[in-house]
Amino acid sequence: MDIKAYIESGILELYVAGTLSEKENEEVYALMQKHPEVLQEVLEIEAAIVKLTASTSQRDSDHILQRIKQTLGFDGNKDTKVVSIAKPKYNWITYTGWAASIVLAAGLLWTVNQNKQLQSDVQIAETQQSLLETQIANSKNSLEDANVLISVLRDDNITKVPLAGQGNFASTFAKVYWDKDSDRIFLDAQGLPDPPEGKVYQVWSLTLTPLTPTSLGTIDSFTADANKIFEIKNANESEAFGITLEPAGGSESPTMDQLYTLGVVSAS
Amino acid sequence: MELDQLVEKLKQKDEKAFEKLYNMYSDSMLGVIYNIVRDHDIAQEVMQDVFIKAWHKADSYSSKKGRFFTWILNIARNAAIDKTRSKAFKNAKQNLNSDFFVDIIEGNENLDDKTDAIGIKKFVGKLAEKCKTVIELLYFKGYTQSEASEALDMPIGTIKTRNRNCIQELRNMVLN
Repeated sequence: MDIKAYIESGILELYVAGTLSEKENEEVYALMQKHPEVLQEVLEIEAAIVKLTASTSQRDSDHILQRIKQTLGFDGNKDTKVVSIAKPKYNWITYTGWAASIVLAAGLLWTVNQNKQLQSDVQIAETQQSLLETQIANSKNSLEDANVLISVLRDDNITKVPLAGQGNFASTFAKVYWDKDSDRIFLDAQGLPDPPEGKVYQVWSLTLTPLTPTSLGTIDSFTADANKIFEIKNANESEAFGITLEPAGGSESPTMDQLYTLGVVSAS
Repeated sequence: MELDQLVEKLKQKDEKAFEKLYNMYSDSMLGVIYNIVRDHDIAQEVMQDVFIKAWHKADSYSSKKGRFFTWILNIARNAAIDKTRSKAFKNAKQNLNSDFFVDIIEGNENLDDKTDAIGIKKFVGKLAEKCKTVIELLYFKGYTQSEASEALDMPIGTIKTRNRNCIQELRNMVLN
């Protein structure tokens, strides 16, 4: 293609005027990309037309720009534009939703708290219940014990043997209720002091001629026992009962200088 | 190419690009519009519409279809011509001044403030009568080639070459 002739044809002037067909427009565009001189020619034609047409403008166009910018919401109005778009996002549904969530969350927390409180209350109640059950059981036991004692005391076959304080322990005393039918004694040791640490009371059955002591065992639970009445097996033909203080575990024979109480079975 | 970038930014609704393009073409468009409506207030009104339309329709412009200047020139001419066809306009402007752009330029006192004003005035004064009409019809009025051919009673080929010669003269005046 002869570019110079193409330029000279006057088609580029018409291109700028806008009177060419769509096809011709695309052709000129393609040639502008390919040939710098075509582009240069178009730019110069356009510049000349812009200047010519501008010189028929008799008013300053700056203030029109301000009105256009206002209409299109440019610059200073930009912020309000952004706000007006963003605003509808925070409508009453949003606020209500958030409020509902907060109320719900608070409610859940409160419920969880209440639940914990109730659980600990239940635990306390259970502890109290088991405590009461234990007390009732204890009371029952005590009652049974008491009933046994009453039946023993009322029994005619029971031999009552008072044990008197001996020597240094004259102020002490005890009583033995001997149930011969059942081969047992009930020792009432209320009159004895608590044994010192590492010592226990040992109960002896004695025959007098000759004097022979037989151990009936130690009272290991003396301090812990509340009513100080102890049931002890005794199948011996006892003629007297004695109580000595012995080292823990008991002794083979009684330590006589630690003999607290002694009582002889009265012949009936 | 700076113009291509500006147009690309305009399509992306860049306000600064819009302002730059406005400053490049607004005087030209106002001149074209005024030449058609011959009323300053109405011309400004149409101007506003033209550039608002350009902002919203920038997407539809493609450089393959023509120059950006030509695109906006078309919008301006069409908007101005539409205005002259409205009933309100016809009632207000019974007798439209039949002057050409040449008369406007020669009587334009505002021109003295602008660069190349002297060149332009010199040009239009010297411009051959045949050039005045061709330029008037093709650039200011937006006539097609065949419309111009009919109006001037001239073959299309002649109009093409004559127009080229007239624009060459103009270029010599205002660009060199």
